[in-house]
Amino acid sequence: MSESKSNAGLSVFALKCAVNGERTEREICSSRSLIEFIRGDLGLKGTKEGCGEGECGACMVLVDGKAVNSCLMMAVQLHGKELVTIEGIKGKGGGLHPLQKSFMTEGAVQCGFCTPGLIVASEALLRRNPGATLEDIKLELTGNLCRCTGYEKVLSAVEKARGK
Amino acid sequence: MDAKDLKVVNKPAIKMDALGLACGEPAFTDDMDFTGLLYAKLLWSPHAHARIKKIDVSAALKVPGVKAVLTYKDLPRVPHTTAGQGYPEPSPYDTYTLDNKVRYVGDRVAAVAAETAEAAKEAVSRIKVDYEVLPAVLDTFEAMKDGAPVIHDEEDSKNIPDAKHNIAAKFDFEVRNGEWFKEADHVFEHSWTMPYLQHCAIEPHISIAYFDNTGRLVLRTSTQVPFHVRRIVAQALKIPVKNIRVIKPRIGGGFGSKQEVLEDIVAALALKTRRPVKLEYTRKETFISSRTRHPATCRMKAGVKKDGTITDAEMEITLNTGAYGSHALTVMMCSGSHTIPMYRVKNNIRFIGRSVYTNMPVAGAYRGYGATQGFFAWECLMDMMAAKIGMDPVEFRKMNYIKLGEGSPVFKAMGEGREGVEQVITSCGLFEAIKKGADEIKWAEKKAKYASQSGPIRRGVGVACMMQGSGIPEVDMASATMKMNEDGSFNLLVGAADLGTGSDTILAQIAAEVLGIKTDDIIVTSSDTDITPFDVGAYASSTTFISGGAVKKTAEKVRDMIIEVAAKILDQKKEDLRLEGGKVVAKDGSSCSLPEVANTSLYYYNQHQITASASHFAHTSPPPFQANFAEVEVDTETGKVKILDYVSCVDCGTAINPVLAEGQNDGAVLNGISHTLSEEMEFSSNGTPLNASFRRYKIFSAADTPPLRTFIIPTWEPAGPFGAKSVSEIGINGPLPAVANAIYNATGVWLFDAPFTPDRVLAAIKKQAPSPAAGSVKLLH
Ligand code: FES
Ligand code: FES
Repeated sequence: MSESKSNAGLSVFALKCAVNGERTEREICSSRSLIEFIRGDLGLKGTKEGCGEGECGACMVLVDGKAVNSCLMMAVQLHGKELVTIEGIKGKGGGLHPLQKSFMTEGAVQCGFCTPGLIVASEALLRRNPGATLEDIKLELTGNLCRCTGYEKVLSAVEKARGK
Repeated sequence: MDAKDLKVVNKPAIKMDALGLACGEPAFTDDMDFTGLLYAKLLWSPHAHARIKKIDVSAALKVPGVKAVLTYKDLPRVPHTTAGQGYPEPSPYDTYTLDNKVRYVGDRVAAVAAETAEAAKEAVSRIKVDYEVLPAVLDTFEAMKDGAPVIHDEEDSKNIPDAKHNIAAKFDFEVRNGEWFKEADHVFEHSWTMPYLQHCAIEPHISIAYFDNTGRLVLRTSTQVPFHVRRIVAQALKIPVKNIRVIKPRIGGGFGSKQEVLEDIVAALALKTRRPVKLEYTRKETFISSRTRHPATCRMKAGVKKDGTITDAEMEITLNTGAYGSHALTVMMCSGSHTIPMYRVKNNIRFIGRSVYTNMPVAGAYRGYGATQGFFAWECLMDMMAAKIGMDPVEFRKMNYIKLGEGSPVFKAMGEGREGVEQVITSCGLFEAIKKGADEIKWAEKKAKYASQSGPIRRGVGVACMMQGSGIPEVDMASATMKMNEDGSFNLLVGAADLGTGSDTILAQIAAEVLGIKTDDIIVTSSDTDITPFDVGAYASSTTFISGGAVKKTAEKVRDMIIEVAAKILDQKKEDLRLEGGKVVAKDGSSCSLPEVANTSLYYYNQHQITASASHFAHTSPPPFQANFAEVEVDTETGKVKILDYVSCVDCGTAINPVLAEGQNDGAVLNGISHTLSEEMEFSSNGTPLNASFRRYKIFSAADTPPLRTFIIPTWEPAGPFGAKSVSEIGINGPLPAVANAIYNATGVWLFDAPFTPDRVLAAIKKQAPSPAAGSVKLLH
C-alpha cells in the first residue's frame, strides 16, 4: 500500500491526486493537514488560514468539486481526488473567472484575506446551482467570515457572476 | 473647485490590489517562504496576577530543534507602551517585552524559537514556572478602591497617574455657565455598559523577523503602523532605529488591533538565533493576547427644556484598560471629544474620564476609538429626552446638532491625550443625511404605523447621529514622494498603511487627478520604512485626509516641474499650460506628451529626474457626519431582536472612491451591528477567557446580515484633498444606539447593556412589566 515508515518513525504516505487540473504524486507525512500540504508542499499561497478550526472559511478549497475547509482535512484524504485551489479557479479560456471579475468591479475585495475562500465557496454553489437566489448565496456563504465588507458587495458580486 | 470638475477623484476606480487578491497571488506576511525559518511560540500566563518566583527552561532547551528560549532574564528591562502612537506616546510606559510578573490570563511569560512549530510547542510545555499567585482584580470599580491589588507596583513604569488605585489615565474637564441643571425642565441620568469585544481581523497577528545581507533586522509584519513599529521595537530592545527595516505587505484587516506593537518578541528571538523567525498568533491567542476594545461604563446626565434646548450634559466614563494602559488616555478622551460636541449644550458641560487597570486582557485601539462607547450613551439619552418632551427624535436632533460654522468648547479642551484645537465645522451634510435616511426607512409612516401594535411581535424604528474626526490635528503627519518614469508613469511612495481599506488606490486617484492622468499610470509603493517616507500610519481616520493631503501637495510639485520642462519643449509661458489627458496642453492647443517631457528631463534639457516630496499635517480635524436609521422587530416572548432594515447616510465630504467609501461604511456598520446583537467576550470568575473562538464568539456571517444600505451624502470639506474627509470609523458607532432606540420604539423598554441578547432583552421587558400576560407589553409612545 502507499503507507510506509520513514527513518524518523513518522509514517509517510504516497499521495496521488490532481491539483488544479494536473496529476501529482507526492510523498507526505500522513499527519499533514490539507492546508499545510497546499501552502507548504505545493507552495500555493492563495489558500489562507484564519482560524485553523473550521470556523472562518478562509482556507476553503474544492475537493472533487465540493467546498471544504482545508484546515480540517488531512492531506491523505485527498488521495485519488481532485483539488482545486483559488489558483485553479479560471474562466472559460483560462482568463479571469467571472467571480474574480465581479469581486473586483463590485468592490467586494477589501483586505482580501477572505476573498479566495469566498470565491471558492461561491464557485461551488454556482456550479451546483447556477440559478442560486440571494438567499441561497447567503446560506452558502455562512461558513465564510469577512470582517471588512459587511457582505453587501460580496453578495452583489456573486449575483453578478451568476449565469456567466 | 467643485466635485463636478473632477475626472479621476470621486469615481469608482478598481482597487489596485484587487486582481492579485482575487486570484490568490502571494501578498500577505505569511505568503513568502524563508530558508531556515524558525517557528516561535509563547508561553502565556495561566494566572490573572502572579509573580514569577522561578523559571526553569532547561528541559525546554533539550527539546530537539529548539534554538532559543527567552525569559525576562534574557532581555533588557525597558518600560514602554505597545500603543503604536506618535512620539511621545500619550500612553503610560508600563509594559516590558518580558517581565517577572504576569498581569492577566494570557500575558507573556516566555518565548521559544524552534525548527518546527511542534518542537516550539513541546518546548513551551516543558518550561517550568513557579508562580506566586497574587490576588487579582477584574472589575474597574473594585480596582479603584483603597486596598485593591496594585497591578503596576513596579518602580520603573512611567506616566501612570495613580498606580495605587490602578488608574492608568484620567482626565476631567468642565465648562461652567451658571448653576448646573438650573434651567432644565427635565433631568436624566443613566449608565450604559459595553463588554470586552475583539476586532476579529480574519488574518491573525503575524510577523516574520529576518536579517538582510548587511545584517540589518527586517520585520515583515501585519501592522497598521510600520514607522511606530520601527521606533518602539528599537526602544524596547535597545537597538538603533537604523538597524531595523519594517515592511508591511498586504494585511488581512486590522480595525485598530494592528495599531499595537507586539513585534518586539519575534525580533528578540531573531536577534538571539540570528535566523529568520515567524510568530503567528492562533485565533485563540488573537482573542486573548492581542488587543480588545475598552469595556466601558458610561454614565450620562443631561437636562432639557420643554422647547428642546439641551441645557447641561455630563459624561463620566470608566474604561477597563486591562493589564496595560495601551491607548488608555486617548480612547477615554475621544469617548467625550468625538461625541459631546455633536449637540449644542447651552450652559454646562462636564467630562470625567478614568481608564482603569484590571487583571484582564489588554484593551487598545478599536475602530470607533471611544466614540463607540460614548455615543451609545449620548444617543440613547437623546431619545429619552425627546420622548419626555414629546418631540420627534429626528426633529430633536435636527434642532440641536452642531451646524456649519459652529464650534464647541470641547474641541479646544479635549484633544488626544492633550489639549485639542479650536475648530468650527467647515462642512456638514447632516441635514441631508437625516432627510435621506428618514425617507429611505419611511420614518414618519412607520412611526405612525407602529404607534398602535398588539401581540407579542413588535416593530419599531430608531435613529442615531454620529460624528468622528479626520486625523489628529497637529499630531498626525504624513509624507509622500513621487518620481516620473520615461513612459509618463509615476512611482508614488507613501508611508501610509493600506490595511485593506484601499488607501493605496485612493491616494493614486488623488495624484492622478492633479496630474491629469489615469489611476493605473501611478505605481504605488507603501509602508516600507527603508523606501517610503514617514507616515504615522493607518489610524484615527487620518489616511484620506492627512496622507491624501501629502499626496496632493507632492503631485502639485511634480506638476509644476513637468510644466517647467513642457514650457521649454513647446516654447510657451508656464501659466498657459495645463495637464490633461496624459499631455501638457497649451492655450493655443499645442501640446506635448508626458513621455516626451520625461525623456527631455532625463536626457536633454537641464538633465534631471522629475521628483518631489511633500509632507502634510492639519490644524483641524473636520468631522464626517452620519445619520443611522434602524428598523427592528422584537419578539417580546423570546427577547429576540431582528433588524429588518438599516440605513446609514454618511457625509465624508468628497468620496475619493465612492465604491470603496461605501464598502468602508458597510463593513463598519456590520461590525457595529454584530457588537449590538451578538459579540461579548466571556470570562470565568478568575479571569480566564471562555469563548476565544469564532465558534463561541459569534461575529455576523452573510446569513445573519440584515439589509444594510449605505448612502453617501456629498459635501465639500475645504481643508481636505478635493473636499474629502474621513469615512473608515464613523459607521461602527451607530448601530448600538440606533437599535436601542428602535427597540424602545417597539417595546417601550430601554436597554443599557450591550449586546442585546435575547436574555437581556427579555429581562428588560420583564422588569418593565412585572407580570405580563402574553402580548401585554406596556407601550410608551
Ligand atoms: S482556517 Fe480553516 S476554517 Fe478558518
Ligand atoms: S475583505 Fe477583509 S475579511 Fe473580507
